[in-house]
Amino acid sequence: MVELNAVVALLGRFPALTGLDLRIEAGETVLLQGPNGAGKTTLLRLCAGLLAPQSGSVTVLGHDLTLGPERRAVRRRVGLLGHSTGLYEDLTVAENVRFWARAAGLDAEPSVERVVGALQRLGLDDGLLDLPVHRLSAGQRRRTSLAALVVRRPQLWLLDEPHAGLDQAGRNVVDTLIGDAVAAGGTVVVSSHELERVRSLSPRVVTLAGGTVHRDTGA
Amino acid sequence: MSRFLADARLVAAKDLRIEARSRVVLNQVAPFALLVLVLFGFALDADQRTLRTFAPGLFWVAVLLCALLAIQRSVSVEQADGALTGLRLSGMSPAALFVGKAAAVFVQLVVLEVLLTAGIIVLYGSQIEQPLLVAATGLLAAVAVACTGTLYGALASGLGVRETLLPILLLPVLAPVLIGATRAFDDALGNAAVDGWAWLGLLAVFAVVATAGGALAHGTLVEE
Repeated sequence: MVELNAVVALLGRFPALTGLDLRIEAGETVLLQGPNGAGKTTLLRLCAGLLAPQSGSVTVLGHDLTLGPERRAVRRRVGLLGHSTGLYEDLTVAENVRFWARAAGLDAEPSVERVVGALQRLGLDDGLLDLPVHRLSAGQRRRTSLAALVVRRPQLWLLDEPHAGLDQAGRNVVDTLIGDAVAAGGTVVVSSHELERVRSLSPRVVTLAGGTVHRDTGA
Repeated sequence: MSRFLADARLVAAKDLRIEARSRVVLNQVAPFALLVLVLFGFALDADQRTLRTFAPGLFWVAVLLCALLAIQRSVSVEQADGALTGLRLSGMSPAALFVGKAAAVFVQLVVLEVLLTAGIIVLYGSQIEQPLLVAATGLLAAVAVACTGTLYGALASGLGVRETLLPILLLPVLAPVLIGATRAFDDALGNAAVDGWAWLGLLAVFAVVATAGGALAHGTLVEE
């Protein structure tokens, strides 16, 4: 599913990953932890095909991500929730969710039921469907961003601080979502500082430090 | 090919929907365009004969200034909350993204050109003697400006100083469009004895090169 060998990746001119080795099997849930600057976000962006490794090998869902076309090919099969929401302020919640589903290669526009279903799974009210994103709270934006991923049904979920900016109910919803994704056969990699919360979701914790794996409970 | 066209249409429709909602072109760029025409009138002492003589040049300078605003808006929409990263993650072809973005700017430019045409008729007393030449010039120049602007917008946004750098990068490159379109309008408005259709050839070549070059280069700019 995901295999990284001796990966070195640069952030600008600085090495963010320094010879990282990691293997994640299909259907696994992996928690990434580590201090700021440990390389968690860079690792997620690398697995999403947004970055090219400086050296080493990266294989995700069978794609060799050292090759440009392969990086582009894997993106439609991966769902990355980053620090920004990627939503368009002047479009409504439904329009944003539909746009990102179509952009990710869904052949048909997702039905209203599917969009509503995704929003309801994220604990968002139907009444928000036709509301422009600029009228949403930060937590509602985060949930809408997650709903756009839910509609796409990616095979590999890469979640960077998914609980950030959410209230308690929202955090519970995210936990349920992660559980559902794994139950549906997906693989989930979560970067979080909320150790206790995420540990309950995953028996495997990978600790990064200085751009490499410091400790792996699944190794 | 159908995937390419579907993606390009999706991006263009999204940008136009955002514009329809935010009304930046309607409420800000369009009044700015008319203001430019009025200010040119003040600068030239409101002498209608002089204004008629210079109307083609003033028209296209106003179009280019408005194009800068429309292109900056097109770029900022993708920068606001990481949407460009989302587009990269979608696996969409960068060429399709380019065509979609350029198409949306093209539509906005055509609307502005129609408005400015009405403006030079009303404010400067210009008369259109060759409507077909005006339409062809407007469309080809809009393609050239939209494609070049979208490409340079991506370049400038990557450098992180887009608001100030874009005009400096873009306007010199668009000088041939300004010259060609002004000469063609000189003929179409009956201002000068030039062959406007010949200048249209220059615009056509520029438009083709800008479209092809933009579609090829956009991927590198977006990825880097």
